[in-house]
Amino acid sequence: MIRTPRRVVVTGLGATTPLGGDVASTWEGLLAGRSGVRRLTEDWIETVPVHIAAPLAVEPPLGRVEARKLDRTQQMALVASREAWADAGTPEVDPLRLMVCVGSGIGGVLTLLSQYDVLKEQGSRKVTPHVVPMLMPNGPAATVGLAFGAKGGVRAPVSACASGTEAIALAYELIKFGRADVAIAGGTEAAIHPLPIAGFAQMQALSKRQDDPTLASRPFDKARDGFVLGEGAGVLVLEAEEHAKARGARILGYLAGAGISSDAYHVAAPEPNGAGAARAVQEALETGDLTPADVAHVNAHATSTPAGDLAESKALHLALGSAAGSAVVTATKSMTGHLLGAAGAVEAVATVLAMRERIVPATRNLDALDDEIELDVVRIDNRNIKAGAALSNSFGFGGHDVCLAFTPE
Amino acid sequence: MSQTDVLAGLAEILEEVAGVDPADVTPEKTFIDDLDVDSLSMVEVVVAAEEKFGVKIPDDDVKTLKTVGDAVSYIQRAGVAA
Repeated sequence: MIRTPRRVVVTGLGATTPLGGDVASTWEGLLAGRSGVRRLTEDWIETVPVHIAAPLAVEPPLGRVEARKLDRTQQMALVASREAWADAGTPEVDPLRLMVCVGSGIGGVLTLLSQYDVLKEQGSRKVTPHVVPMLMPNGPAATVGLAFGAKGGVRAPVSACASGTEAIALAYELIKFGRADVAIAGGTEAAIHPLPIAGFAQMQALSKRQDDPTLASRPFDKARDGFVLGEGAGVLVLEAEEHAKARGARILGYLAGAGISSDAYHVAAPEPNGAGAARAVQEALETGDLTPADVAHVNAHATSTPAGDLAESKALHLALGSAAGSAVVTATKSMTGHLLGAAGAVEAVATVLAMRERIVPATRNLDALDDEIELDVVRIDNRNIKAGAALSNSFGFGGHDVCLAFTPE
Repeated sequence: MSQTDVLAGLAEILEEVAGVDPADVTPEKTFIDDLDVDSLSMVEVVVAAEEKFGVKIPDDDVKTLKTVGDAVSYIQRAGVAA
């Protein structure tokens, strides 16, 4: 089905994050420079070398019966989707033209591991019959699809920390080329558990700062030493422009372009010269009919790892050339921590709001910009920006690179 | 165990597992159509009932339990046999 490409608009936003249980409180937290990182108090904490993380600020407000059949990733995806759907004005849409794209990096890992404990300790008869639908990585997308009656396809891209962003990019392409009129798209992750923490720690990916948890996530700073694990979900309602206008919807912005590429360099390390990531940025610009000079703002992937942040700086220079220095860059993971497969979706929400309100939240903990990073990263005070395109980058283990390009009109 | 006791015990389980109002749990009600307990949640109900009433309900027998009354009778018989 090849059709004339359609423009894709954003009509709704939803989120539940370490800064707040919804978009408004998350955005307020970002503008206030608050940190969602704290010291964990779980009984297993002494079994792992890292004792900090960024848990949800507000537990998912679901009923007990609803919650017990849903993994935490599914609960969070549902909460964020309900908010985004309401924010979009509860669109009237043909169910066959409604699609869901919700990704997760790891899927229902909390369910998988806790039910394995049940199996070992109590036997197979005590394993919940809901375990498979709860642990499968497409579970969150399926939960959202069921809740909203989406019959136009339920998709669940899995690309580690690029999953949520890739889900949004996929929804963009499918709406653009006519496969659906409306999409609920985003990412979700809930992996604060000793096994993922031990694994990431063994990779030397996590910050070892244990003194003040709020200082540990410090993207682009000279003293950065790894990311802080967070959890949450972010969701956008995307819509064909003609569909949104026909129903008189409020348009928050356009998802003008999206780029997806891959490094083919290493399963976990970023390509040092940023070439793969740069291709994603370039493709996002090209598909959006944009030039580097159009870019007013970049919400960087910037997880606070030494290698990753540097490679992203190089990628932005490769992709934007001389315009790289004029884009106003922020790294909101300095406040939210790294939400893995949900990170890019929450950052897409922040990117749309920054573009729309023309204010970029300052990167927290950026005391001294790394000498090798030549970007205009906002620090200390939030920055007012000109009207223009805004990019959101996400990269994932496996060499996944995804970039979204939003425009105000 | 009396029919009343088994019925009350099942109602507790159904409330816990599926959020069913205990007042709705009467012998003629079907699990799937009347009480909206799907096949996965039915497994949870069975496992909880085995524990609560100290009986075994093999998977093949679960398929024969269409109504609350079917389950009550089954549990009463299984309890006597045990």
